[in-house]
Amino acid sequence: MADHLSYEQSKKMVFRGLGLLAAITLVEVLFSLAGKGYVPGLGFLSGGGVTVYIVGFILIALSLYKAKFIIYDFMHMKYEAKGLAMTVLLPVGLLFWGMIAFFNEGNYWGERRDDIKDRNKIEVSAPPAVSPIERSPVASPQVLGQDQ
Amino acid sequence: MATATETPTSNTHTQEAHWDGASKPFRVGYGKLMMWYFLVSDAFTFAGFLIAYGALRFSMPTWPVPDFVFKTLPFDLHLLIPGKIAPLIFVTFMSFVLIISSVTMVRAVQEGERENKSGVVKWMLLTVIGGAGFLGCQAWEWSNLIGKEHMSLTTNPFGTHVADGTYTVDEHGIPYAPGVEAETFEAGESYIVHQENGEWIKRSFQTVDQPGVVQKQEFGPRAFGALFFFITGFHGFHVFSGLVFLLIIALNSASGQYAARKNGYEMVEKIGLYWHFVDLVWVFVFLVFYLI
Repeated sequence: MADHLSYEQSKKMVFRGLGLLAAITLVEVLFSLAGKGYVPGLGFLSGGGVTVYIVGFILIALSLYKAKFIIYDFMHMKYEAKGLAMTVLLPVGLLFWGMIAFFNEGNYWGERRDDIKDRNKIEVSAPPAVSPIERSPVASPQVLGQDQ
Repeated sequence: MATATETPTSNTHTQEAHWDGASKPFRVGYGKLMMWYFLVSDAFTFAGFLIAYGALRFSMPTWPVPDFVFKTLPFDLHLLIPGKIAPLIFVTFMSFVLIISSVTMVRAVQEGERENKSGVVKWMLLTVIGGAGFLGCQAWEWSNLIGKEHMSLTTNPFGTHVADGTYTVDEHGIPYAPGVEAETFEAGESYIVHQENGEWIKRSFQTVDQPGVVQKQEFGPRAFGALFFFITGFHGFHVFSGLVFLLIIALNSASGQYAARKNGYEMVEKIGLYWHFVDLVWVFVFLVFYLI
């Protein structure tokens, strides 16, 4: 690695990196607080609706940039063999699809909550599915099984 | 393995040379390659945790907002700020501490490449101080949440109002005296259920969409506490084990063990990879828990 940057250059890179990461973190916190209405001049970012997605997108993009900087510069991935970089980055990159898929699924669970509440109401008010004779006051497990 | 004989990395060596163990795959030492693959597996573990967090959060109608949960500073310093809250300020400070310790780690690796023993030890010890500072901050944050705000693995006192309304009792659960103006709240506003003498004070209130119906404050989504403590705790455990390894490797460096290997302090480089990974994970924990 030392053959890619001189000692003086790499020392400079380190402190440039410190400034960069600190500045990005500050900008992230600023946007996060603006999205919640704490920053006086940026109140328009706390309006809800589409601004939630805009702020979220900015925060995710900045975090991914920080991650890329740490991996490529601090962990020296840019000086490693391409095969090494691919075996490490590809599986983790594919994981992002898993995350998106599961977040989407979680959203669906949330949407189903009202649906399930509605269904529970229907079952309570619906007439019995079996005739009253079969429906003994103390239902045996077999009868319950037929019920379903 | 690190001291294995080096072969020239030209393309002159034959296919047999690869299988004899004479050449290094991907031109890195065995330990460093395996550290990378360990980090890949660790990334999957953390991703599993974050997937659980995200999926549950998206499935809930309401979720504790971070600027409300994390709004205090040690020694009640937030009371000195106008508005008496310091949303996200303390975690931002924690992030800076971890970033700085990552930077000192890069310096340690660079000094290792120059075979500068005292430089390696100096920058590694500074990294240890940064990591310990981060752990100290986390300890305060946890003790504040557990001891003062009574959050636990199964109890989340941070709830959210879903409609505008008015409280019928004060913060201590006592009905308002006549003439005292009752506190109001808006839909989406956060509240914390307080404890007094070991009893939860769930304030009762009425909302505008159901006037006349007295409702009581509820706890927030139950999974929040477990997710918070497991994810930040798992990260903190990584920081702690990183500190132990940093100290061991700093001591070994000081004793001249790695200088004798003449491989540019590869061991320091390996623990450096781990330490940067811990910082990298914090970037995402910070994103999902505190920023969004």
